[in-house]
Amino acid sequence: MQAHYGYKNGSGDYFIIVDTDKCNGCGKCVEACPYGVLELVENEFDVEGGLMTVVTEEHRKKIKYSCAPCKPVSGERKLPCVLACETKAITHSW
Amino acid sequence: MSEKSREFWKWPEYRHTKPDVNWREAKIITAGVDIGSVGSKAAIMLDGELYAYSVMRTGGVSEETAIKVTSWALEGTGLKTENLHHVVGTGYGRVNVPFANRTITEIACHARGAHYIYGPTVRTVLDIGGQDCKAIRCDEVGKVASFLMNDKCAAGTGRGLEVFADLIGVPIEELGKVSLNLTEEPPPVSNTCVIFAKAESLALLRQGWPKEKVAAAYHLAMVDRIIDLLTRVGIEKDFVITGGVAKNIGIVSRIERNLGIKPLEARLDPILAGAIGAALFAKALYEKQIGLR
Repeated sequence: MQAHYGYKNGSGDYFIIVDTDKCNGCGKCVEACPYGVLELVENEFDVEGGLMTVVTEEHRKKIKYSCAPCKPVSGERKLPCVLACETKAITHSW
Repeated sequence: MSEKSREFWKWPEYRHTKPDVNWREAKIITAGVDIGSVGSKAAIMLDGELYAYSVMRTGGVSEETAIKVTSWALEGTGLKTENLHHVVGTGYGRVNVPFANRTITEIACHARGAHYIYGPTVRTVLDIGGQDCKAIRCDEVGKVASFLMNDKCAAGTGRGLEVFADLIGVPIEELGKVSLNLTEEPPPVSNTCVIFAKAESLALLRQGWPKEKVAAAYHLAMVDRIIDLLTRVGIEKDFVITGGVAKNIGIVSRIERNLGIKPLEARLDPILAGAIGAALFAKALYEKQIGLR
């Protein structure tokens, strides 16, 4: 499942997208994020359970600002959470 | 002293039991309790078929509401909480259902519930609740493929409509109908914030706009915001709307007109989708527990 966390407002789209089918709950992205935007929770979507990555409740409403320091400024730049994810489960809307 | 004024935002609470069904014949009795931010719903299912339900406003204490809404659904049926084989809690206050065996997010439950209410052709579910609005894409078995939740603010939600109903003095159940009582649509009000939208609507009322026209402007602003959200996950047929706001004809007909896609007609109350989904998950979990699958 593609879980979109974030919002859309007049200045653009701000979403972190986690593919819960790919996410194995290893938690490497949580360690990699310098601003504590991500956390591991119990997977409540699947009857099977397990862990999955989500954007914390606190940051969902302000990821435009929380994620701004990692945004590419000039040229290509990979984000720490995307680089840390071995299963390529994390993508962004920007 | 003036008479005690009517509270226009207060929507009625109700319950229903399917007649001529004996629950003693059922093998698996499950319940889904959906504690929403504004409304709480309980659905009792016998072998995966809806038997009884209740809908009430969420009070200040979620635990109490969870107990109240469930016992109200069971009222008159002879069933007791102990008879329920498995209970799943969902919704905003899902962790506060004291007797739930498990919690599942409302996103998964709404997809599953919409699948039960509208049939297996459903691909896009739009749940407009009291405090947030969710766009969900699901597959043919009701499993979530993609979702998006607008939890940033109350613009484009049921709570916003309640505030607005109070402002113009129209009962919330009739608000949608009143907003359609026009020949030409006005420009929408601001859609970024309920407080701004309310202030703007008030200004329009003071300018002498009839309340029908202001209602239309408010509904249009909500619809614009909802459609913005929908386009992000993508809309695929069949499209359905669940949650309390699905009962507002002013919102539903405008979404239909602006998107060019007609939402399916509900065979059951669409506000129950979350609770029904939870009860269906409860059945699957209980079957797994006793080793049926």
